[in-house]
Amino acid sequence: MELRVRALETVLSEKGYIDPAALDAIVQAYETRIGPHNGAQVVAKAWTDPAFKQALLHDGTKAVGTLGHVGRVGDHLVVVENTPQRHNMVVCTLCSCYPWEMLGLPPTWYKAAPYRSRAVKDPRGVLADFGVTLPKETEIRVWDSTAETRFLVLPMRPAGTEGWSEQQLAEIVTRDSMIGTGLPKTPGAPS
Amino acid sequence: MDNAAARAARTVPSIPRDAEGPVFREPWEAQAFAMALALHERGLFTWNEWAATLSVEIKRAQAAGDPDTGETYYRHWLATLERLIAEKGVTTSETLHRYRDAWDHAADRTPHGTPIELRPEDFAS
Repeated sequence: MELRVRALETVLSEKGYIDPAALDAIVQAYETRIGPHNGAQVVAKAWTDPAFKQALLHDGTKAVGTLGHVGRVGDHLVVVENTPQRHNMVVCTLCSCYPWEMLGLPPTWYKAAPYRSRAVKDPRGVLADFGVTLPKETEIRVWDSTAETRFLVLPMRPAGTEGWSEQQLAEIVTRDSMIGTGLPKTPGAPS
Repeated sequence: MDNAAARAARTVPSIPRDAEGPVFREPWEAQAFAMALALHERGLFTWNEWAATLSVEIKRAQAAGDPDTGETYYRHWLATLERLIAEKGVTTSETLHRYRDAWDHAADRTPHGTPIELRPEDFAS
């Protein structure tokens, strides 16, 4: 695999299609700078700023664009809000479309066939595997991503976080809670 | 048992999980990812084309017995890259093979601890 990657990289940079330094920058950005932090910040802001939340649910790409610090936002980011009545979960049944500008690179399980096929057929079972049990009345809505439309889940703000700053809030927003396979960390619980 | 451990214990083996862990298992996976991003930015292909080609590669691999557990995912990603750039006339698979062999040769002659560099003689077979 490594040789194939090296061969590709050499050919492409000799032909001027890619710049190795730019490649390194991309790799670093996705490993560290981007991670799920961008998404967590967006969620924390939505929890504290009702106007931003409204804008975010109305047009995710545009609202995130106003924050300035997030680069390369996908053309069509749709933010779906969790409520006591409805829990949202994101999958890409085709391959692995994922809002990586917000969440960094997708985890292995997201790309795996078992998740991709079961998320639609048995979302409650998949959630149970992730340790998430929801009330029977809560409807589970599964969103199938495409190359054009990516989804980000806006989880419910946990109780006990009244008066918290955006920064404090961002720390309890996990990657999985924004895919819908997890919930934000509970305040006070050991992490 | 804390929350994370409890969750891990309940996880069935069919869903490989990482707890906020590294998203690339190996550096070449990140390189392959970055190359696709750079070529997309250059306008070589759209993400629609990418997704269509990638899903063909995944189906092809599944048909050939690939378990498709996510572990082999970047192999499909790499195959997609190779296929797309050949289709776009950027290079040929023969050229890629030649470079692969050259890198193989360079890796063989380079002692441990020294960065590998490609030299003209690596292309002589």
